Amino acid sequence: MEKRAVFDEERCKGCELCIEVCPEGIVHLAGHLNRKGFHPATVTEQERCTGCMFCARMCPDLAITVYRPDKRAAGA
Amino acid sequence: MRVAFERPAGLTDCPTHYCPGCTHGIAHRLIAEVITELGVADRTIGVAPVGCSVLAYDYFDYDMIQASHGRAPAVATGVKRALPDRTVFAYQGDGDLASIGMAEIIHAAARGENITVIFINNAIYGMTGGQMAPTTLLGQLTTTSPAGREAPREGYPLRVAELLEQVRGVAYLARYPLTKPPEIGRARNAIRKAFQTQLAGKGFSLVELLSTCPTGWGMTPREALRWVEEVMVPYYPPGEFRDGPEDPGGGPSRKRVG
Repeated sequence: MEKRAVFDEERCKGCELCIEVCPEGIVHLAGHLNRKGFHPATVTEQERCTGCMFCARMCPDLAITVYRPDKRAAGA
Repeated sequence: MRVAFERPAGLTDCPTHYCPGCTHGIAHRLIAEVITELGVADRTIGVAPVGCSVLAYDYFDYDMIQASHGRAPAVATGVKRALPDRTVFAYQGDGDLASIGMAEIIHAAARGENITVIFINNAIYGMTGGQMAPTTLLGQLTTTSPAGREAPREGYPLRVAELLEQVRGVAYLARYPLTKPPEIGRARNAIRKAFQTQLAGKGFSLVELLSTCPTGWGMTPREALRWVEEVMVPYYPPGEFRDGPEDPGGGPSRKRVG
């Protein structure tokens, strides 16, 4: 399973706004610290990610890139 | 797989200095996305305020100026009049716009200056350490209203959008909270309409964004979002206050859309 929501750990400030808005409840803070000293947000079950982009739209630090399957490629 | 969402053009790679959970970053993104969409990135000039967003020139990949406290609309006026083919926006907080800059914003609006103002209302002075702002709500704790703002002592919070609604030069005016993706989508549409108003030469446009200041409010970022929804939104109702210039023959617009 390819990742759908990719979090840039070093940009993350651990504010949890992505956790607040994720409809699937699959975003969590990691146990480790990033170089800024924050616990970065991460997706634990990528296979449950629908690619809704709520986390990315909410992230004040633009730490999240969202990918969706290319329909043309999938249909070929 | 294709990219569905990524950091927009128009913002630099520089990480922001904003506190965790501060919604300034969301507002920056919306402006950058809209300016890219409208195809005016190469002729956009932004004016940063005094306040937390004073360093906005590091984050926006446009020509930027940093104005004296509250004077962003006056500086934007000068830029727009000298270079009328540029898209000019001022980015201001509530301490900047509603307190020391109240004269500048009212008169820029009354002149119908063809500029766009993005107004971040987080009901507090963030950068200087959480002092009471003109927009601080009754009962709200700040370092200069430690027992909560009380009307007999500190007066009432100012509603800037409602104040500007009666100013004739205003062509577009809206207020939305940055609390959830759907609201953020509405805020984005409003910012787009505001810039389109300027591009059409219709006059002054302003979008007020209800934002959070988790550090100044003494809350977690998630608590701060709920505080906007439960406390700020009832006092600062969202919606479009004006869309299109007022009929020159008419009185103050009372029409509330959306």
